[in-house]
Amino acid sequence: MTVETPLIGHSAAEVVDEHLSGVRVGVVTFPGTLDDRDALRAVRIAGGTGVPLWHGDHDLKEVDAVIIPGGFSYGDYLRAGAISRFAPLMEQITAAASGGSLPVLGICNGFQVLTEAHLLPGSMIKNNHLHFLCKDQRLTVENTMTAWTSSYEQGTEIVVPLKNQDGQFVADERTLDELEGEGRVVFRYAGGNPNGSRRDIAGITNEHGNVVGLMPHPEHAVEAGFGPDSSAFGEVEVRGGVDGLGIFTSVLQKLVNK
Amino acid sequence: MPRIVVDVMPKPEILDPQGKAIAGALPRLGFTGFAEVRQGKRFELTVEGDVTEEVLEHARSAAATLLSNPVIEDVTRVEVIEDAQ
Amino acid sequence: MTTETTSKKFNIDTVEHAEQTPEQQLPWAELGLKENEYQRVVEILGRRPTAAELAMYSVMWSEHCSYKSSKVHLRQFGDKVTDAMKEHLLVGIGENAGVVDIGDGWAVTFKVESHNHPSFVEPYQGAATGVGGIVRDIISMGARPVAVMDPLRFGAIDHPDTARLVHGIVAGIGGYGNSLGLPNIGGEVVFDSVYQGNPLVNALAVGVLRHEDIRLANASGVGNRVVLFGARTGGDGIGGASVLASESFDDAKPSKRPAVQVGDPFAEKVLIECCLELFKNGIVEGIQDLGAAGISCATSELASNGEGGMHVELTDVLLRDPSLTPGEILMSESQERMMAVVTPENAGAFEAIMDKWSVEYSWLGEVTDTGRLIIEWDGEKIVDVDPRTVAHDGPVYERPYSRPEWLDGVQADSFAGDRPSGGEQLKSAVLELMSSPNMCSKDWITNQYDRFVQGNTALAMPDDAGVVRVDEETGLGIALSTDANGRYSYLNPYDGARLALAEAYRNVATTGAQPMAVTDCLNFGSPEDPEVMWQFAESVRGLADACQDLGVPVTGGNVSLYNQTGGVAIHPTPVVGVLGVFDDVARRTPSGWREDGQAIYLLGTTRNELDGSEWANLRGHLGGQPPVLDLQAEKTLAAILVNSSRDGMIDAAHDLSEGGLAAALSEAALRFGVGARIGIDELCERDGIDPFTALFSESQGRAVVAVPRSEEVRFNDMCTARNFPRLRIGVVDAENQALDVQGHFTLPLAELKEAHEATLPKHFA
Repeated sequence: MTVETPLIGHSAAEVVDEHLSGVRVGVVTFPGTLDDRDALRAVRIAGGTGVPLWHGDHDLKEVDAVIIPGGFSYGDYLRAGAISRFAPLMEQITAAASGGSLPVLGICNGFQVLTEAHLLPGSMIKNNHLHFLCKDQRLTVENTMTAWTSSYEQGTEIVVPLKNQDGQFVADERTLDELEGEGRVVFRYAGGNPNGSRRDIAGITNEHGNVVGLMPHPEHAVEAGFGPDSSAFGEVEVRGGVDGLGIFTSVLQKLVNK
Repeated sequence: MPRIVVDVMPKPEILDPQGKAIAGALPRLGFTGFAEVRQGKRFELTVEGDVTEEVLEHARSAAATLLSNPVIEDVTRVEVIEDAQ
Repeated sequence: MTTETTSKKFNIDTVEHAEQTPEQQLPWAELGLKENEYQRVVEILGRRPTAAELAMYSVMWSEHCSYKSSKVHLRQFGDKVTDAMKEHLLVGIGENAGVVDIGDGWAVTFKVESHNHPSFVEPYQGAATGVGGIVRDIISMGARPVAVMDPLRFGAIDHPDTARLVHGIVAGIGGYGNSLGLPNIGGEVVFDSVYQGNPLVNALAVGVLRHEDIRLANASGVGNRVVLFGARTGGDGIGGASVLASESFDDAKPSKRPAVQVGDPFAEKVLIECCLELFKNGIVEGIQDLGAAGISCATSELASNGEGGMHVELTDVLLRDPSLTPGEILMSESQERMMAVVTPENAGAFEAIMDKWSVEYSWLGEVTDTGRLIIEWDGEKIVDVDPRTVAHDGPVYERPYSRPEWLDGVQADSFAGDRPSGGEQLKSAVLELMSSPNMCSKDWITNQYDRFVQGNTALAMPDDAGVVRVDEETGLGIALSTDANGRYSYLNPYDGARLALAEAYRNVATTGAQPMAVTDCLNFGSPEDPEVMWQFAESVRGLADACQDLGVPVTGGNVSLYNQTGGVAIHPTPVVGVLGVFDDVARRTPSGWREDGQAIYLLGTTRNELDGSEWANLRGHLGGQPPVLDLQAEKTLAAILVNSSRDGMIDAAHDLSEGGLAAALSEAALRFGVGARIGIDELCERDGIDPFTALFSESQGRAVVAVPRSEEVRFNDMCTARNFPRLRIGVVDAENQALDVQGHFTLPLAELKEAHEATLPKHFA
């Protein structure tokens, strides 16, 4: 195939920066977490150092940022994220994140944990079509001021996989207006709302911009050959989409330049 | 309008993974003294008009056929509740 | 960690009691034993069995566990294996799953199993626990599970009960597999009214491990300790044997036993991680998952594969339902449990890992050198058997079989129905085919499965095979495909099984992987019907012969019999899974066209073969003989596809099977929404066929490939060198969004896509 894999935004060229490898990004594993190894791989591909964290520990291992990855922690049996948010490590994360210093990214189940922990507003309910849905999803990046989105251009579209059963973002009207008014909607579904999320919201941030949660999975769009079949940046090889890499390079860049 | 409440519980002999996970979490948060948790479902059927015995029978029948899966669940309650005015 | 024991005492039927009461009648018939089988148990023991022993023998000697009807035939899979075929086989048939060497110190274990009947009774839980069971087989080999696939067969798409089954089964597979973090990379979905009362829910799992990590189910090392861990034991799976609830033979009423097992994917996910941590730290000597026949199977298998002795205290089993009797505990099929053998020195480390993952466990006993499996209940001996007699010396039947008399008539009834001609008719026929239940897009189903998790999926549905990377450094990886065609097998069970293998083999090679090993799930009707037994015998003979011809060994699998309602059996459905290997998954070949101007070649020869085809099926016809199979040609085709992938000569490849060329071209175009200009007239002339046959025949040994212009000479030279027929039939056309079969019809891709994708949502959404 002669189609070249396009490299997204500013992120790709900087992957080789050796300063980045000094940045330590923790990835939390709860019982039932599934995408922890994928998130660690994404950090590594972006050039950083991934640090596995265990939910039952009290030690953040001096990480510079934290990712709470996807999965079905505690089976999602009570409510998604409802049990995990009481994990010992979540106390440390909440304390460090709520002041605005520690960058925290919650992906899918991780986003649900962050809402249950009240680090982010709103909640996720069952998809409006009631099925688990796995697809390549187009998103608009609306806020590039957060710790996790600075390497994208505002308004850029990206394609990353979406895969969940409880992915419908809901919040009361006042909260939604507040999120919109303060520019805290970070990602919005483009090309159709896949699950009934209010105002097409796919991801949001807190008031400081250090905590971001989103339902789609950027860590599954970081490596050519194993990502989605398409990219918003042009034609790519089969499963060649790497539009999600910018999320991980954003936080590494931010921490290096701090 | 009057409502009929239907409670559906997993059969006692059937494994209830949801209840098991919650039972595991309770003591970690200091809620001790509970031997078991079982998680069920509650349905509220709002009735058009009065709740006659016929309507109630309809509700029982719906509970047994649609609202519950008799292979793994029991209907533990079908009851009328009046809205507080 | 709780290790409470139930202090409740039953009026227990001990070995001593059994010796003293030889006249005591036991409910062996209710437990499914035949009189001669029961007499054999008495003969083995030299006395009547205790109730607990009876429970063990009855479940272990059941068809499901002992393969008593199929064993005499299945031996061919071993007998017909050559030394060359064994070269890459690290563990063969007989263990929980076979293990194949894929190089660089890596090994792969894979297996397909059925969960048909439970899925009919309770579709969601039946399908879910099917996934759970096969995944535990993979873990117990010492492997990390890396993917699953699900070949499914339902009744007629418009039958009122089909929607219930489709919704429940698909949601169950997704609900369990997605929660385990296993990508679902392929499978099949077939609708046929023969499966109305007997849907087939087969589940395949594949795992990877390092050679040194292979674990076997044996209890070795006298003094080593036996531990049961995972979920608690409940009354699951013993509903039919509730007769045992009164095994104390007093008048106590049988207590309530669940009719259905509920799966707990969260418990299984934790169990996977916990087992992998045990393996990594070298904590377990032997391990066995608990599936059918539960503790009966685990203890007797472990003991008989090791030094032959084990001593177990059954009151130490952690129970979910304290009313269970010893026999029931032995038979329980509660999910998400494992049994391991651990040295006393490692016991502390074992417990630490269990505690870390909050997994419950209980130490049940130890390995002995007595050659006996002794099980006690509160210190009283209730089982004293030679474990081999339970696990391996079950009855073996040479069931009578006979070729059905109706078969000659069926085979003589060749398809003589409607053969569309002319552009408009052919175009409508392609649309009809591609929107038909079996050929339509399965996205509505596969989009309910996670194909991304673990980050190693290089190809998944709807490509020809699922492809997963094993080694992130080198790109070493595997391809997997499962196939079966029940209609072909109905017409000719010997050829049907060979055709199933050929298709799976071809699919794997189409993606560029070298086929290496086989697993099978043989779904049939009742073995007590001589005609069904003949179909079974022929299928096994065909599959074993074809494996030998293609040089790929069967490494393990499963037999599912009694798939029939009343006197009506399903079509014989031998589902065959083939595993292939890539040195680097980066060179995998996708099924769809991408690049404008690339040449499209058809490999192989097309004959007038419509019998058993999808087209004949759409016209309600099933008769004649299935397509002719030439396994040497299949081997050559596979070599061409694998070499083309390795040398970068092709950018897309799609095999021809159900639906023939029409289906292959449509799917290759729809994969990425890129059309083509196709000419079939030269093909018709070369092979002496009409355009309808060219498009709809299901001749074997064929594939379409897209060749970059710069590679055409090399590609042609290679086909010439191998003397394999190929024909340039068109070019990829990225401009016009259409499949243009020149001189016949032009089918806009939008129209084709809409027809292809609307069918499942119309029936099920």
